Amino acid sequence: MKYLYYPGCSLEGTAVEYNISTRALFDALGIELVEIKDWTCCGASAAEAQSELLSIALPARNLAIAESMEESIEDILVPCSACYLNLRRAAEETRKDPELLAKVNKVLEPEGLELKGLKRVRHLLDVLSSDIGAIGLAEHINKTMDRYSVAPYYGCQCLRPYVVFDDPEAPTSMEPLILATGARIQDWHMATKCCGASLMNIKPEIAQEMVASILSGASGADAIVTVCPMCQMNLEGYQNQISRSAHKDLHCAILYLPQFLGLAMGIESRDLSLEMNLSNPSAFL
Amino acid sequence: MPSAEISLTINTQETEEDILGPLQEELSACIQCGTCTASCRNAQLMDFTPRRLWRLVLMGQTEEVFHSKTFALCSACYYCTLRCPRGLPLTDAMNTLKQLGAKKNVAEYRPNARFYGSFLESVRRHGRINEMEFMRRYFILMKNPAIPIKFTPLGIRLLRKGKISIFPDKSKTERPLDQFFQRVEELERQQ
Repeated sequence: MKYLYYPGCSLEGTAVEYNISTRALFDALGIELVEIKDWTCCGASAAEAQSELLSIALPARNLAIAESMEESIEDILVPCSACYLNLRRAAEETRKDPELLAKVNKVLEPEGLELKGLKRVRHLLDVLSSDIGAIGLAEHINKTMDRYSVAPYYGCQCLRPYVVFDDPEAPTSMEPLILATGARIQDWHMATKCCGASLMNIKPEIAQEMVASILSGASGADAIVTVCPMCQMNLEGYQNQISRSAHKDLHCAILYLPQFLGLAMGIESRDLSLEMNLSNPSAFL
Repeated sequence: MPSAEISLTINTQETEEDILGPLQEELSACIQCGTCTASCRNAQLMDFTPRRLWRLVLMGQTEEVFHSKTFALCSACYYCTLRCPRGLPLTDAMNTLKQLGAKKNVAEYRPNARFYGSFLESVRRHGRINEMEFMRRYFILMKNPAIPIKFTPLGIRLLRKGKISIFPDKSKTERPLDQFFQRVEELERQQ
């Protein structure tokens, strides 16, 4: 099995461990990831706040490059939820609106690129839960995680607005994967509540309140597991400040889903870059 | 208020109604049920709730709309879009207001616009985001030393882990998009 792979900017910088652990996980599963060559930024949450055409054209550029690559691979795997939404929106909107497609192709043309709409954009969690699944994963599990209780955190943009692989309000796609490792699912109510996203940079007090409510909701869990670099950064990057303002200890290990599953598959923690996490993962070392 | 000023206000009001025109059309099926407000994680922090903001948009109350804190507080969680019983693209509508707020250089929205603008400037120059450069650009635009100070503890931890660097190796990531951005701007001007 092969997927085209769009890591996105965060996975080369602040979320480098998400890239390393995703690659390690798929390597162990015997699945090849073919990186889209010379990919560029998807626009994140910035382009949509500045220019509508730019917010479609930036991700479309990457889709067009993907189309010029291996014909036999239809799916583009995207680990970042914001990149996923942007690429997916570009694919869906240009499919619905030929005028927009023509305009986007005008932007792409001088680079020798053309978007035709040949590829499918898939979130990492979609691929893990739909294509591999708990059964596919189970044969690779060789270390029980039964002493851990894990809170699956889905965030927003892998679930909404495009309803593709899970219930957008009460998602469960992570549960069979986590249960396959022997771990317990923490019963909680914050799995789909926004972490504040880029508000953390513009209005930190407000976003930190949002994160505080998520961390409080996970109390008792050994880890919160995420599938998005923005969620991960917001949940783990400010735990000292948030604990201080909340007058209680809200520290919690935050792991990327591939890091957690990788541990259960017996992949060495350094090969999952656990030492790069900003929260304390020592309970898992 | 002197009469000259009144006529000026009326004039701006008229031209600015046009600004909201496409949005009014898009939202015309709104039944003011308030599901958007009830679904919004930040509604309690907004001066106008999302439902009220959409009503103001439909009524052409441009001043109130653009000077409200509402769209600057939207974190794009898409709950309102998901739940709207009329199927209206409400998060996209918030984005439209963000775009217009940036173009109009509205004071209330300036920090957001500067943040996103700094981000895109880094993307234009390098193709991929250079986090250190873009945050530096944002801090300079904001001219408020308290802002970078807030980010210092996190910045130091990221530097220590090697997740960001003060002098990134540009040869590895350089894919400038100047011409790409120019073409987008030209096509947008033609509209």
